[in-house]
Amino acid sequence: MNIVVCVKQVPDTASERNLKTDDKTLDREAADGLMNELDEYAVEEALQIKEAQGGEVTVLTMGPDKAAETIRKALSMGADKAVHLVDDALHGSDALQTSAALAQALRKIGFDLVILGSESTDARTGVLAAMLAERLGVPQLSLAGKVEIDGGNVRVERQTDYGHDKVEGSLPAVVSVVEKINEPRYPSFKGIMAAKKKPVEKLAVGDIELDAAAVGLGNAPTQVVEFAAAPPRAAGTIVTDEGEGGAQAADFLASKKFV
Amino acid sequence: MIDFRLDPEQEELRATVRRFAEEQVAPVIGELYERKEFPYDLVRRMGEMGLFGLPIPEEHGGMGGDYFALCLALEELGRVDSSVAITLEAGVALGAMPIYRHGDDAQRARWLPGLCSGEILGAFGLTEPGGGSDVPGGMRTTAKLDGDTWVINGTKTFITNSGTDITGLITVTAITGERPDGRPEISTIIVPAGTPGLTVGEPMSKVGWNCSDTHELALDDCRVPAENLLGERGRGYAQFLRALDEGRIAIAAVSVGLAQGCVDECLRYVKERQAFGRAIGEFQALQFKIADMEVRAHTARLAYYHAAAKMLAGEPMKREASIAKLVASDAAMDNARDATQVFGGYGFMNEFPVGRFYRDAKILEIGEGTSEVQRMLIARELGLPA
Ligand SMILES: Cc1cc2nc3c(=O)[nH]c(=O)nc-3n(C[C@H](O)[C@H](O)[C@H](O)COP(=O)(O)OP(=O)(O)OC[C@H]3O[C@@H](n4cnc5c(N)ncnc54)[C@H](O)[C@@H]3O)c2cc1C
Repeated sequence: MNIVVCVKQVPDTASERNLKTDDKTLDREAADGLMNELDEYAVEEALQIKEAQGGEVTVLTMGPDKAAETIRKALSMGADKAVHLVDDALHGSDALQTSAALAQALRKIGFDLVILGSESTDARTGVLAAMLAERLGVPQLSLAGKVEIDGGNVRVERQTDYGHDKVEGSLPAVVSVVEKINEPRYPSFKGIMAAKKKPVEKLAVGDIELDAAAVGLGNAPTQVVEFAAAPPRAAGTIVTDEGEGGAQAADFLASKKFV
Repeated sequence: MIDFRLDPEQEELRATVRRFAEEQVAPVIGELYERKEFPYDLVRRMGEMGLFGLPIPEEHGGMGGDYFALCLALEELGRVDSSVAITLEAGVALGAMPIYRHGDDAQRARWLPGLCSGEILGAFGLTEPGGGSDVPGGMRTTAKLDGDTWVINGTKTFITNSGTDITGLITVTAITGERPDGRPEISTIIVPAGTPGLTVGEPMSKVGWNCSDTHELALDDCRVPAENLLGERGRGYAQFLRALDEGRIAIAAVSVGLAQGCVDECLRYVKERQAFGRAIGEFQALQFKIADMEVRAHTARLAYYHAAAKMLAGEPMKREASIAKLVASDAAMDNARDATQVFGGYGFMNEFPVGRFYRDAKILEIGEGTSEVQRMLIARELGLPA
């Protein structure tokens, strides 16, 4: 089983994050970079599948040089090798362009299964898995809370507001995962040391048969026109208990889908 | 030569253990501490991460790192809780390391894989009720060879990790004869947990380190095979001196963790807590206190980094190890006292970590050589008379 996990470096949600005023892209230099949290679950799932069935786990990331830290993290957890798509021409690419670039890289690498987190904590578009599957012409199984490989098929429990759907597709396929799926391991020191020696291939736009004029901020089909700081959190809803306070509180929670 | 920056791999190890401490230890430790429970689940997870095998080569089941890697892990655990840190410290520095260093092939093969994976814990029984500083003068435990069996008699006390469900072995020091100069011959012998004649006392009731396991041990005609002798007969004293020198660097790392944890907690608290209409962090008196705390943590860290660097380079490091242990345990104690003060009444409540730090700090000035003993050792290194 040849598994590719797409991972992304995102700014630490605990640190202050800003968009740059000149080109309205994220200031990635200012914030500490971390592996997108859901991607850790994707890596863990890939490793568990590999441990059960054999095969190889390749990490694919698109991002500036600094994203190498995130690659190393995934390799420390146990992935076998990595591909780093890094090119100034890619800066500021939107979701459509990113999916085009990653799809080209995936074609080049080859795969039976692509796993990714269902969204990133920075852009939060949540569309990448679908776009990749479409571009690659393979099934998409999204929001997986459980993944089973059965011969040439992949079966997932797709998390929904009301429970889960059981979805099945044929390999090769793209699967996106949610938090509930597993508990990502902490890298061991042996893993950290071994990561140093694992191969990391760097690819530029020219290496994946992608036209530089199709990617990057200047060519992006979508644009950030304006941005504003999030307004301070509004005051909460106060429920005064006049007998049916409990029911009101429960209704509130239900309306927000917490229960 | 002068470079105190960490390699990327060391930095990643540090960050990983820090995350583990914050995500796994911090949420549960308050309650475990209150209930005085040994943290089996955390120990299992630490074992899975390979922390118990950090300084041991891979062929013995370890991680192939070094003692400094262990110290980095100890500091980050100590930053959140030092009784969890000391369980690792005692397990590795006092439990596994002597077996790795002095054990023969059979002993290494039998014990190291389990010790490295954290499935079993090792303990080291040196201290006796009659005296911990005065070793070997205060030592009374004896071991006599009866055919191919050691028969051990005596009492050990304050022994960390000696009575958990997963304790695998206790290495004890004992008098095995008399040297030509009339002084006692001391050797080290491995006593597997559960050996008849070994009685593990009730958990000792302690002022702090509530999640660490501490017992008195009675050895009454406790018989173990002759091959359980660890290293050479009569070399026991030299062996444990080495383990203690190294252990001091490890204790310094735990102490720096506690000292830094005090800074972390204070920085958080002084932004939230209000008095006289302002955050208390705006008062210069508290800012200076916190600045002093940071200075102590930082300088103590440099001291243990330096001692560890000398150790790894194979250079003599007795003086540096004692200095590191002394300044770091002082830093821990001073910072714990100041942090409790910064927290006011809440600092005296068990629900806040600083109260736990306050209770845990004192032992760092006592265990593995008291502060007085460190000063004695430093004075000896300076050539002053014994
Ligand atoms: C929680 C805990 C865990 C421990 N874990 C272990 C363990 O795993 N294994 C183990 O073997 N031991 C362990 N110990 C024992 C510890 O190492 C000893 O308590 C320590 O070495 C001090 O010995 P003592 O308690 O006998 O004090 P004493 O030696 O009786 O000292 C009493 C006081 O006299 C001072 N003093 C002694 N001699 C001199 C001198 N010549 N000059 C000036 N002052 C002096 C000391 O500094 C101290 O202040 C542990 C102790 C505790 C509390």
